[in-house]
Amino acid sequence: MHDLKPITPLGAADPRVDNVGPLTLTEVTSVALASVAARLGSEEATRKTLGELIGAEAPAPSRHTGDMLLAFWTGPDQWMVEAPIATHEDLAHRLVAAFGSTASVTEQTDAWCRFDLKGDDYPAMMERLCAIDLGNWQGGEVQRTTIDHLGCFVLARDARTLSVIGPRSSAGSLHHALITACRSVF
Amino acid sequence: MSDKNRLNGGLIERNRPMSFTFDGKRYSGYAGDTLASALLANGVRLMGRSFKYHRPRGPLTAGSEEPNAIVELRGGARKEPNTRATTAELFDGLSANSQNRFPSLKWDAMAINDRLSTFFAAGFYYKTFMWPAAFWEKLYEPMIRRAAGLGTLSHEPDPDCYDKGFLHCDVLIIGAGPAGLAAALTAGESGARVILADEDFLLGGRLNAETGLLADEDGVAWAAQAVARLRSMPNVRVMPRSTVIGAFDHGVYGMVERVSDHVAEPAAGKPRQILWRIYSKRAILSAGATERPIVFENNDRPGIMLASAMRSYANRWAATPGKAVAVFTNNDDGHRTAADLHAKGVKVTVIDTRPDAGVSPDYEILSGAQVVDTKGRLGLKSVDVQLSSGGTRTLFVDGLGVSGGWNPNVHMTCHQRGRPQWDERLCAFVPGGTMPTGLIPAGAAIGAFSTHAALNSGQDAAATALGDLGLTVTRPDLPGAEDAPVRVAPFWHVKGAKRAWVDQQNDVTAKDVKLAHQENFTSVEHLKRYTTLGMATDQGKTSNIAGLAIMAEVAGKQIPEVGTTMFRPPYTPTAIGVLAGRSRDKDFRPVRKTPSHYWAEEQGAVFVEVGMWLRAQWFPKPGETHWRESVDREVLQTRKSVGVCDCTTLGKIDVQGADAAEFLNKIYANGFAKLAVGKTRYGLMLREDGIAMDDGTAGRLAEDHFVVTTTTANAVPVFRHMEFIRQCLYPDMDVQLISTTEAWAQYAVAGPNSRKLLQKIVDPEFDISNEGFPFMACGEITVCGGLRARLFRISFSGELAFEIAVPTRYGDALMRRLMKEGKEFDVTPYGTEALSVMRIEKGHAAGNELNGTTTAFNLGMGRMVSKKKDSIGSTLSERPGLNEEDALKLVGFKPVNAEHKVPAGAHLMTKGAPVDAAHDQGYVTSACYSPNLGCHIGIGYLKSGDTRLGEVVRLVSPLTGVDHDVEVVSAHFVDPEGERLRA
Repeated sequence: MHDLKPITPLGAADPRVDNVGPLTLTEVTSVALASVAARLGSEEATRKTLGELIGAEAPAPSRHTGDMLLAFWTGPDQWMVEAPIATHEDLAHRLVAAFGSTASVTEQTDAWCRFDLKGDDYPAMMERLCAIDLGNWQGGEVQRTTIDHLGCFVLARDARTLSVIGPRSSAGSLHHALITACRSVF
Repeated sequence: MSDKNRLNGGLIERNRPMSFTFDGKRYSGYAGDTLASALLANGVRLMGRSFKYHRPRGPLTAGSEEPNAIVELRGGARKEPNTRATTAELFDGLSANSQNRFPSLKWDAMAINDRLSTFFAAGFYYKTFMWPAAFWEKLYEPMIRRAAGLGTLSHEPDPDCYDKGFLHCDVLIIGAGPAGLAAALTAGESGARVILADEDFLLGGRLNAETGLLADEDGVAWAAQAVARLRSMPNVRVMPRSTVIGAFDHGVYGMVERVSDHVAEPAAGKPRQILWRIYSKRAILSAGATERPIVFENNDRPGIMLASAMRSYANRWAATPGKAVAVFTNNDDGHRTAADLHAKGVKVTVIDTRPDAGVSPDYEILSGAQVVDTKGRLGLKSVDVQLSSGGTRTLFVDGLGVSGGWNPNVHMTCHQRGRPQWDERLCAFVPGGTMPTGLIPAGAAIGAFSTHAALNSGQDAAATALGDLGLTVTRPDLPGAEDAPVRVAPFWHVKGAKRAWVDQQNDVTAKDVKLAHQENFTSVEHLKRYTTLGMATDQGKTSNIAGLAIMAEVAGKQIPEVGTTMFRPPYTPTAIGVLAGRSRDKDFRPVRKTPSHYWAEEQGAVFVEVGMWLRAQWFPKPGETHWRESVDREVLQTRKSVGVCDCTTLGKIDVQGADAAEFLNKIYANGFAKLAVGKTRYGLMLREDGIAMDDGTAGRLAEDHFVVTTTTANAVPVFRHMEFIRQCLYPDMDVQLISTTEAWAQYAVAGPNSRKLLQKIVDPEFDISNEGFPFMACGEITVCGGLRARLFRISFSGELAFEIAVPTRYGDALMRRLMKEGKEFDVTPYGTEALSVMRIEKGHAAGNELNGTTTAFNLGMGRMVSKKKDSIGSTLSERPGLNEEDALKLVGFKPVNAEHKVPAGAHLMTKGAPVDAAHDQGYVTSACYSPNLGCHIGIGYLKSGDTRLGEVVRLVSPLTGVDHDVEVVSAHFVDPEGERLRA
């Protein structure tokens, strides 16, 4: 076991938690990520393997599905797979083993930072940040959008919890944008 | 004087008095007042001076179309010039000042312009101030700008913040008058997602300003109930103080919500305004109509206003310009003003241009009469009327309401070049031509001027929208309402008037319009630009039609033949701050931090912005007083022992797929198909036109897996380029791309001791000796007892060097470990400056050399462009023009006198030849002080440079005063044979 200590995207030892009005904003570092893109001609095989891994059908466009292993749609025949980092630190390697040559798998764990927004009125705050029509979301949706000039994924975990997944190097700017919007609304 | 013109009733909250100042004098008003209504109630009619002639002016309107009552609101950094007093909501402590006057509003020295008006006709500045030409910019223009103009800026940063946001709806309803409320109730009850926006703080439109609009109930009460009902619906968002400013593509509308303009200052963290982008499926334009004035002699005195404004002030704000007023009208609507003012106890006389205007038991009507002049220097005192009998009569009044008919507010229908159409019956332009997709105009905006017609038109528009969206229409009951026909007799201006104002904000007179015609500026667009008619902040909302009518008359045409100018967003003046939103100062754009950022901060690193990245430029040590000391030390220490540089910012693109190697063969000019697994190769990427685009390395981790690196600046463009090639040019290739720039923290470890340092952290099962891991090797390894990592043996510095990558979250720890383990080798971190010095010493090209004009041939890499395969740009790189014999070639330069610098950007000239562009021999692209050579050096492009080594050429930079000799040398100043990096 190596002895290097990780830091969070915001540069600290532990994830940050902010409470603003009715919302809680939590930096999430406990999830491993890997991208899966079907090889040409292996789209169905990829979908099937992915379905088996997440225990559900491979998510359709703008959807995410799964439990311990969860996949969200990122593009035509492309998904991002999430898993608990504690048990799946080597997620990409495991997926490579599972997909073989049917899909290209790339480790993405540290390419992203993630902030979870919990509370009843997150649409009121998110409408100051991105063009997603959150008023229609029930949970299970995902969309790629721009927040504060940054390309981000936004996932509705359930009706009260939203994940904002953005570029790790700009975690500070993204966090600032989220907090500013929270304070602007609440 | 206080409240001397306050009437009974109104929608002001008399139990909430508010104190405010105008030009330093204290007044009081009530909640619900605007600045204009409160001033009028206090007997103040004079609120501003006009743009050009400094004529005394008061409010012409009671809304956002106001041309005259333009003031500076608030003070200090919050001072906002050019604010319309007619829309400024009164709050306790508000301070306002008049503008464009000196020394005071009542005694304005610049009013001399009015006396000299003969010299200031339209376009005067095109004809005068012609000589001498040099005086225009230095003297004439500043002088004119000082004399004319509006308010002044605070010259301080805006202390407020602004938000931007995004809204979505089925139906956007623009305007909450009778039509808008009927539409909103219908769409809301039918279950559609509705946004109802109105620029006013009180919703209801004319329902709040009129009496007797509804048959069985009070219009104000019905509007309030309707709004309350709408607010209770979860599918309806009611947005007062929100102006829709523009119609954009695909049902997108821009809207400014004034969140905090009605309070002294915004609450902490809260925005002053929000710029909303509304995505609508359908939009209903129920923006109402604007009354238009009639043009007559001296029609601009304070106290003269639109008749509808006069009754808005009386009914809604319980304010009047005086206790005796007159109304000048050509239509029935003017009589409403007379009736309402009479009911409030104001003495009224009506001057109606129509000979059959009838009689009233309550007030005198002068049928077939015209106003021919007015008097009163700082406010209206009397009106001269020419009677139908031919005689004249003077009416001593404080106010004159003018009604020339109504213009539908078609503005939003024109934002995508829709041309309104002339309606002969209404004597007005109505929406026409191609309107923004999904926009349905309704109510007074289409000329449905009666309340009954407006309510029904709004409901019908909603039904149309709902039908389009496949929703079932529920039609709530609408109240019975007046349905008076429009009776208007066209009457635009009183003949023979000399000083009669068409555009009051830009001081354009009827005479100016005639002058434009006389001078052949007859096109409506020329008329606008020659006279500035309609070009002020009010966009000519009250003046355009009169201007067109006068032009039509002198041209002997009909109004629709003259046409109309185009309306563009924004509908009303919009603060630049709200367009910027939060993107200002340090938040102008997001920053990207490298994995070693926090560690570098601890070391006192000096950062530089590279794109969005913050990169350490150098790491000053105690005692170092100049950046060069730090940089020279970092360079020497690295070349002597070992240095570490964070190079995470370089773009990293994961390329996988069965055709990955073939794909790289396409994007790189040189061959990649045969690159062995575990090897890295330098690659040069060309644009389609054969110009060098970017360079970098690609490492082959597996048969079907490469990692491509790009320069920091080109990470995104290269990724975009590769995606384009993948998706559009070679969709049949099996290749998948994804950026991994952020996923890996990558450090260059360079210098003769770099291997020794790495051997301390790379787990022992991995052989990184020269034999086990030779130059250009790459592979997946583990470090520090099991952390997966990637190692590349590549060198930008020219030294024995590696690049090591670990998952980004461990980047900070790895940097600390490298520094700790490197102590015994006197390791140094080095920043981008030392990086640059070392690559120039080595003659490696970077962004300065790949500058968008240079080719592989120029770079001395012509032979790298493989002829054995087809790659992007390879064919066009063979163009004769890019391959001339005397083409620029990349070489190095050393000053003949070692004291001299070799500045980048300086040009090269042959000794003895003229120094001019025609004899230009090339230029220096990158330069630095080389601590290894002990002098300044540079690299750059010289014509036939590769054959001129040893020649002394002249280096000139007239801008910086450089003119000295440099020797042409190889660009590889350090280790030209490359022995170090292979060590």
